Amino acid sequence: MIDLVTRSALELRDLVAAGEVSAVDVATAHLERIHATDERVGAFLRTLDDEALAHAADIDRRRAAGEDLGMLAGVPLAVKDLLCTRGVETTAGSRILADYRPPYDATAVIHAREADAVIIGKTNMDEFAMGSSCENSAFFPTRNPWDLGRVPGGSSGGSAAAVAAFQAPLALGTDTGGSIRQPASLCGLVGVKPTYGLVSRYGLIAFASSLDQIGPFARTVVDAAELLTVIARPDPRDSTSIPKPPPNLLAGLDDGADGLRVGVVAEFFGDGLEAGVRTRVTEAVERLAGLGADVVEVSLPHAPYGLPAYYLIAPSECSSNLARYDGVRYGLREEGATSAAMMAATRGAGFGTEVKRRLMIGTYALSAGYYDAYYAQAQRVRTLIARDFDAVFANCDVIVGPTAPTAAFPLGAKTDDPLAMYLNDIYSVPASLAGIPAMNLPVGLDDDGLPVGLQLMAPMLDEPVMLRVARALEAAVGFATTPRGPEALEAPAAA
Amino acid sequence: MTDTPRAAPAEEAWEAVIGLEVHVELATATKMFCGCSTDFGGAPNTRTCPVCLGQPGTLPVTNRGAVESAIRLGLALGCDIAPSSQFHRKNYFYPDMPKNYQISQYDVPICRGGALEVSTDTGTTTVGITRVHMEEDTGKSLHIGATGRLHGAEYSLVDYNRAGIPLLEIVSEPDIRSAEEAAAYVAELRAIVLALGISDAKLEEGSMRCDANVSIRPRGSGAYGTRAEVKNLNSLRSLRRAVAYEIERQVTHLEDGGEVVQETRHWDEDGGRTYTLRTKETTEDYRYFPDPDLVPIEPDPAWIEEIRASLPELPAVTRARLMEVHGLSREQVAVLAGAGLVAVLEEAVEAGAEAGEATNWLTNEVVAWAGERDADPARALAGVHLAELLALVADGTLSKKLAREVLTDVLEGGGTPREVVAERGLEQLSDEAELAAVCDQVIADNAEAAEEVRQGNAKAIGALVGGVMRATQGKANPQLANKLLRERLAAE
Amino acid sequence: MTLSDDDVRHVARLARLDLSDEAVEQLRSQLADILAYAEQVGEVATADVPPMRHPFGLRNVMREDLAGESLPRDEAISAAPEAEDGRFRVPRIVEAEQ
Repeated sequence: MIDLVTRSALELRDLVAAGEVSAVDVATAHLERIHATDERVGAFLRTLDDEALAHAADIDRRRAAGEDLGMLAGVPLAVKDLLCTRGVETTAGSRILADYRPPYDATAVIHAREADAVIIGKTNMDEFAMGSSCENSAFFPTRNPWDLGRVPGGSSGGSAAAVAAFQAPLALGTDTGGSIRQPASLCGLVGVKPTYGLVSRYGLIAFASSLDQIGPFARTVVDAAELLTVIARPDPRDSTSIPKPPPNLLAGLDDGADGLRVGVVAEFFGDGLEAGVRTRVTEAVERLAGLGADVVEVSLPHAPYGLPAYYLIAPSECSSNLARYDGVRYGLREEGATSAAMMAATRGAGFGTEVKRRLMIGTYALSAGYYDAYYAQAQRVRTLIARDFDAVFANCDVIVGPTAPTAAFPLGAKTDDPLAMYLNDIYSVPASLAGIPAMNLPVGLDDDGLPVGLQLMAPMLDEPVMLRVARALEAAVGFATTPRGPEALEAPAAA
Repeated sequence: MTDTPRAAPAEEAWEAVIGLEVHVELATATKMFCGCSTDFGGAPNTRTCPVCLGQPGTLPVTNRGAVESAIRLGLALGCDIAPSSQFHRKNYFYPDMPKNYQISQYDVPICRGGALEVSTDTGTTTVGITRVHMEEDTGKSLHIGATGRLHGAEYSLVDYNRAGIPLLEIVSEPDIRSAEEAAAYVAELRAIVLALGISDAKLEEGSMRCDANVSIRPRGSGAYGTRAEVKNLNSLRSLRRAVAYEIERQVTHLEDGGEVVQETRHWDEDGGRTYTLRTKETTEDYRYFPDPDLVPIEPDPAWIEEIRASLPELPAVTRARLMEVHGLSREQVAVLAGAGLVAVLEEAVEAGAEAGEATNWLTNEVVAWAGERDADPARALAGVHLAELLALVADGTLSKKLAREVLTDVLEGGGTPREVVAERGLEQLSDEAELAAVCDQVIADNAEAAEEVRQGNAKAIGALVGGVMRATQGKANPQLANKLLRERLAAE
Repeated sequence: MTLSDDDVRHVARLARLDLSDEAVEQLRSQLADILAYAEQVGEVATADVPPMRHPFGLRNVMREDLAGESLPRDEAISAAPEAEDGRFRVPRIVEAEQ
């Protein structure tokens, strides 16, 4: 059998469409890879072998019958366990939802399934998407396939690790302050956080509603663009979904970077940026110039206030969003003599340390007397950050900088220091606050052999230009996505 | 405190200051933020979906019909419609609230600054409307235990059918000065809501709910006293009694040298008193913030004008017109309006009924019937049918007594008056030839009475008319029978 | 920025979270540190700046008042930790605790 797990999503789709391999073979190969490796990686909370094989068999049947197939027909897809899947456990990485089976599917999941992507499992994550290392999962930590002693990043660490480990060519994650881009950076992947409102949030278990977005992980820009195309649709169930047709993400993908103006964010190269990351990112920027892009330095003067603002907005919103986990309608219940006692006991036992910490920050920030100084002020700062981007985009097509200040760090390195952990998001948060699209593109390895990522950002709904520049740079850099190095997960056996 | 709602002391040294918060459940087809039906009376938890159950990952989408209802009421109350308003989350934990926050409005409600004119026996006053805002209702808890009430219950059972039903909260300025004014305000607000058709506004069933903020101050003082919020006012009578009780309680307390505590009090209808529910120290910190799942509501001015143009005549205007055009008394109008029968009257008049006569039938027979059956008379009786009934009386087809029976049948759904009359064979016997034969027979059978009449005792004819009525099972036209009997007895 | 244990317990009550004494102690200093960091937003002059609502500036997203589907009751209550007679069962509700 030809090697299927190292193939791109597009290759797999074309092989299946041409009848050269069956969708069942593709699904089986990936499930086998998961079962052979996930003991060590911990990317999946559960695999959906039966459902996946049944869907794959249906695709094969329809292909044989000459029926139309979806644009991702037969491509295995890993889904972050923050997205609701009807009748299938969806835990948000939390004990409080350990046995929760949603009565409905997330809109993005529906679109992916309608495109005939084969959902092979639900991936591990930091509890309720709060974390940057995947160590805050209530179940087990996920490890970075590039170095199993290191974290994959978070919160979508399971989705990132699954794609990096060749357990799936595509995965869905969610990004609130960097939860797709940072793990993509740490795992050497393409990861896209779309424009806020491009992808429906219906069925995405909310962390911070004004920031949460679903997006793709892939090993190539084109694959990521394909998956994003599938899920980017207006949704009447989400009031914040942009009610107009999405931009065409595939048409101009190969148009190159020549003649485009690329801004380099000065504020993203300050203290705290690891030397190895700085070097690779700077080289990548030089390559962009070599591709004919007009590279200029730009300033986002309010960007340094992004992380402080984020750590008021996101906890405030989550303190309200997570209030529903109270032991009454679904999920965990701990006994209590009164309803109030039962709720407090349930929440005390059901939430992990980081979630409690953020619930406390958010509750405090919204409580009487602090709202204006904290949440409202943070939302005003957010307006200023968005204006900074507007000003820069008046002269630039895309802007770039590092995605994360460091490469993958060892497990346990930052678990005792919440603020140090929060600093992982320092470069990813500004785009989240502004609602603009942003992505990670792997651009090389640091001296430890760990991936380094470049962040690209574009104006609202200008994903096409962002992906186009990424595609051009991807070709120029020639980054090999196979994990390597002494502690790396072994590569799939050659065919 | 007795049942008599008199706040005598307040009329002397003290003045009551009352503001009301009224909640109205909207009669939209679906809930505020999801497509579940708002129909009353479904089995528990059958009108729920992932959204109104607060399932993880679900999102609210605003019901345009509810927004339109809010604008309708705002315009009717003379409010400004906010060019941009938004929904906030009111955060507190309660088992009947699926998300443990209520989507409501906070600093930018959809309507602000209206007024309502309120009349009582002692005069007319204008009560300012602070705001009208939209929010979602909570579910309902059934308390299981010896008492069947919250207090002393062993556990509770929650039904979320009501959770998410759209509510409007109407907040008045503290412009109300007596229990009577408070009741009149709510009655007038209810009339407006009914006229607008945005709610069935039933206090007893909870589709209209009222909380009263009551404080007192020395008469002539401009300052406000400490207020108590009184809850559980399930009828106009409760409202009147509770406010009167609370005024007197506060006056007595202050005159005894005590202080009024800021607190929430519960009206105990059976006990005729209020008691402390919770004091200010335990009042929640609601942590309001704009709901990030919803975007601002900025009604297009053209939409607002469209709604304005569609507003019906408001109850105050209707009342004035009924008095002026139809010559009805204030009391008659009040009864008609209170029973929701104004439209029925107008339809009847339109169909040819005489207004005074129609009003008498409505305010007496129809209102009494509705009271007995606890039914909505406007649904039971069309104005054209009332007009038809009156015409049947006028043309002698029906006696008044029979007309009452026919009316009852009509109200019970038995058909139109003509149909009921035909079905029951109730037409008055007005055929001269037929009736003359009956009269002859009755005279023959009652020779003694007939003789008395012949002798000039006019009163004696009553027995003969009675005989005719008996012989016809009440269907004889009594005037015609009388005339025929006289003709016969005079002729001999 | 300093917080007392009582401040932490008050916030925990608002957030309906049972916390151990150790957790209270740990959170007291962590919350103070994090909030001190976050308070940097106060350095920004924002006098005439409106708070962000929706990044794309969406307005007036509404649905028509048309019925959608409700869940069958069995499904609505299927995930309930405790149910009785088609309703969600909860321990007694003490008004003063709510």
